[in-house]
Amino acid sequence: MADFETPKFREYPVVPQIKPDAMAGDGPFVSRAEFDTDLGYPGELPENWKEKTLDKMQDLLGRYRSLQVFMDSCIKCGACTDKCHYFIGTNDPKNMPVARQDLMRKVYRRYFTFAGKYFPGLVGAVDLTEDVLKEWYNYYHQCSECRRCSVFCPMGIDTAEVTMAAREMLAHVGYAQKYSNQIIQKVYKIGNNLGLPGPALKGILEDLEEEVEEDTGVPVKYHMDKEGVEALLMTPSADFFAEPHIDGLIGYGKVLHELGITWTVSSKASEAANFGLFIGSYDNMQRISMRIREAAIELKVKRIIFGECGHAWRVAYSFLNTLAGPFDFLDQNYPIPQHILEVTYGALQEGKLRLNKEENDHLTMTFHDSCNVARASRMGNKPGGQFDIPRAVIQAACNNYVDMDSDTIKDATFCCGGGGGILTDDLMELRVKGALPRMEALRQVTEESGVTNIAAICAICKSQFTKTLPYYGFEMDAIMSVHQLVSEAIVMTGSEQEKELDGVEDEEGTKEPEE
Amino acid sequence: MSAFYALLFTVAFLVLVIGLAKKIIQYSRVPAPLKIPVTPAPLTKGGVAVRLAKEAILFAALFRSNKWTWLFGWMFHMSLFVVLIIHLRYFIKDVPTWLVLLQPIGKYAAFTMIIGLLGLLTRRMFVARVKYISSPSDYLWLLLLIVIGLTGATMRFISHTDIISVKEFALGILRFDWQALPMDVPLLVHLFLVATLMILLPFSKLLHIPGLFFAPSRNQVDNPREQRHIAPWAAELDAEKNKIQPK
Ligand code: SF4
Ligand code: SF4
Repeated sequence: MADFETPKFREYPVVPQIKPDAMAGDGPFVSRAEFDTDLGYPGELPENWKEKTLDKMQDLLGRYRSLQVFMDSCIKCGACTDKCHYFIGTNDPKNMPVARQDLMRKVYRRYFTFAGKYFPGLVGAVDLTEDVLKEWYNYYHQCSECRRCSVFCPMGIDTAEVTMAAREMLAHVGYAQKYSNQIIQKVYKIGNNLGLPGPALKGILEDLEEEVEEDTGVPVKYHMDKEGVEALLMTPSADFFAEPHIDGLIGYGKVLHELGITWTVSSKASEAANFGLFIGSYDNMQRISMRIREAAIELKVKRIIFGECGHAWRVAYSFLNTLAGPFDFLDQNYPIPQHILEVTYGALQEGKLRLNKEENDHLTMTFHDSCNVARASRMGNKPGGQFDIPRAVIQAACNNYVDMDSDTIKDATFCCGGGGGILTDDLMELRVKGALPRMEALRQVTEESGVTNIAAICAICKSQFTKTLPYYGFEMDAIMSVHQLVSEAIVMTGSEQEKELDGVEDEEGTKEPEE
Repeated sequence: MSAFYALLFTVAFLVLVIGLAKKIIQYSRVPAPLKIPVTPAPLTKGGVAVRLAKEAILFAALFRSNKWTWLFGWMFHMSLFVVLIIHLRYFIKDVPTWLVLLQPIGKYAAFTMIIGLLGLLTRRMFVARVKYISSPSDYLWLLLLIVIGLTGATMRFISHTDIISVKEFALGILRFDWQALPMDVPLLVHLFLVATLMILLPFSKLLHIPGLFFAPSRNQVDNPREQRHIAPWAAELDAEKNKIQPK
């Protein structure tokens, strides 16, 4: 474990105290030119960095209404000040959302507003210096772009938009973050975040087929690059090998098989994640999204289905049509794209899936709403479907379910602490501290309602929880995939599980008559 | 002196209108390239109108967020709104009955406005988190509004001003036929600060008034899968992409 203290659980409720500079520092590892240039960034601080930064700011102010409006409209009411998990966990006042925005707003005011040009002291405007850039780098990498603050802001100011703009500006003067850029480069070079090449992926999928057939007696297929199937499955690459992600992938396979939907993953687009979102780069986000379009065309599929991944679903649901559409070559009878939970939920509604809940009777579940699903996307055809559908699926697969405190779920959910490009070992202290509010809510339901496990539908949440749960005294495998529960409970037609439940049938498919 | 005030208000009015119009034009020209409503979000334009109305009239998000700030903030804004309406009688020659009937409520609105402002000021000075994010201008706005409220209330309850001449003066400005203003100190202070407020509004955080309605996080319809959303500068990038089509 690293050299910091895991925060103590707070006595509920307390007003967070401020501890200035508690998280001052250099921030995460800075990227290297070799990663940056592929993404269209210079990779080093240019001599005219100040001009370039301000030019980029002007450019972004002219491109994004959100940024322009948010720079002007904050009234410093303070409503957001206690809403960010990173502030709650670290007490550093610069992690209060308004203070985080102000790091940029102070410079905006100085160079782009009348008041800041002539009365900087009065309105808190500052010159752009190298120290300011360093401070930006540090604190704009202590935001997971989770949007919780925006829910509570009377002006609807979304700090995530400011963070993204800041990261984009920083990248243009050589201050990009290594973690995100290296990953994006892997996507371009190899096809996925983990740098898992096609043949290795193929091997993994074959092993999965074997394993599932052994367990169930049903030849469920996990295809790669298979042309002419019905659906392209886009799933985060962590689903191919990390725990508990892979159990979710097994679950998607079983559900799709049972429904008779043939599907494949693509070796070229073997990654649903799109870190272009995190670094605030429209260009990179689009370039990454285009792989999906290309793969769908090459493989001649009719549908695109996304696996369990939070920010990937945001980019897919909210942006894919814009970035890589129109998808007039796909079957218009299905939502484009569709979430695997929409598929499973729809099938459950129509009575097409049989789940044996008792398989999960040893568990009492709760559900962690992932920020990008909760506050930046939807499922189904009603607002809030993103909350109801996962819960309905969990409850269809498991008898025992309890929600966490209402201030910590649905659109008020707390980020796991690892989203938005923070899921890197060099930010471990921030990740552990930022997990505090979620861990407190989890502790409450474990103590009061006997919750044993927590389910999530995001690869980042799952990885983050696996790492941080132990810091707070929980088992690392308390985190589960939603489709892992489905996978445990599903009774596929012709499976061993079905035989066990219904009794053995003879060759003709009729039961032996009673004597 | 009367001429100075008449001129001041003419200038203040122009600055306010032109300044705000410029900002509103700027906000509507800058595109919103991506769909970013904070969800759950309405699925129709009507739904969005309701969402924005709830924010503008009830301060719904603030209510969820912090009850004290909501109480003082809402009290202040609603009182200010009532007070502004009541002041219309200075600009309308024949005051309609409803406006006459509204006048007694105005008395109380002045008080609730001042109480709301004092509440916000106290919070700003004594809650460490809010103090941390405050600039000198944030306090000055509150003080300015408090003094406007106090001088207004003084004229109403303590040293009455000749409101008939004030009305003549106000109507005179509208007709470019300047009239004499009564030389009472509270009145002069009151009017001077109001003009200051009008002039500064387009250059300050008071831009939150148009900003509220332009926030894409709140004013967008949640329909990205059904309807393709594309901003002009993003459409240019589309040309490249259209090369990738099924054969
Ligand atoms: S809640 Fe919104 S308006 Fe209030 S201080 Fe925070 S960002 Fe500014
Ligand atoms: S977006 Fe999330 S992480 Fe960033 S400031 Fe807001 S609450 Fe904090």
